[in-house]
Amino acid sequence: MSLTKTERAIIVSMWGKISTQADTIGTETLERLFLSYPQTKTYFPHFDLHAGSAQLRAHGSKVVAALGDAVKNIDNITGALAKLSELHAYILRVDPVNFKLLSHCLLVTVAARFPADFTAEAHAAWDKFMSVVSSVLTEKYR
Amino acid sequence: MVHFTAEEKAIITSLWGKVNVEEDGGEALGRLLVVYPWTQRFFDTFGNLSSASAIMGNPKVKAHGKKVLSSLGEAIKNMDDLKGTFSHLSELHCDRLHVDPENFRLLGNVLVIVLAKHFGKEFTPQIQAACQKMVAGVATALAHKYH
Repeated sequence: MSLTKTERAIIVSMWGKISTQADTIGTETLERLFLSYPQTKTYFPHFDLHAGSAQLRAHGSKVVAALGDAVKNIDNITGALAKLSELHAYILRVDPVNFKLLSHCLLVTVAARFPADFTAEAHAAWDKFMSVVSSVLTEKYR
Repeated sequence: MVHFTAEEKAIITSLWGKVNVEEDGGEALGRLLVVYPWTQRFFDTFGNLSSASAIMGNPKVKAHGKKVLSSLGEAIKNMDDLKGTFSHLSELHCDRLHVDPENFRLLGNVLVIVLAKHFGKEFTPQIQAACQKMVAGVATALAHKYH
């Protein structure tokens, strides 16, 4: 599964707007993840996960920054996320099912903040993009 | 069996009061067919599904979306017995429609996204969590009579 030219154009163009709210979007995505899917908190026993926590904000920023890298290198997401792919495979070992949950929460956050831009076509492009990112991050799992 | 707290029931009931069943139903079903094109396999008789705009504007999609969301509205009045409420529909989806229950989960999540788009900031993480529980409960109830 790979992104068409049109899908890439949609993602790159929307990222312009998204990146202006990158940090709050990252934090909100994680808040949604932990509230809707409490089992995902098991990966963060070492974190203070209360709303507004500095750790939550820092981690949210990290996640969105990585997505930004993928967008900037949308023609070679595998290359852009190679190190993160190894990190997830050998160190973090987050169960693959959780990538769908995080992707969903990101889409909810983006839909809520950019309703006019989040057309059905944009929705499809983002869902596919997150699916590609998730595949790259789980590529080396076994 | 899924159990809703009083707070969750209040959140869902209040949100539902502001949902436009006709518009949001058509939007949700349309997006399911656009974002996950393989789901079109169930709708051969629906006519033109050849592009995102064709799908979103298709009157049969809108009508069916409204039907689906109305049914969800009925369930919201019976949150303590989703399995009972959806018993007949579960049999129908298994025996006559032959729908893989995974599709209920997909549609549930698309609906959550449509609600987020509709309500914006108002669709807080807390509200989303209650909705996720609701759509998960409905999906499970619809799959309950499968054999």
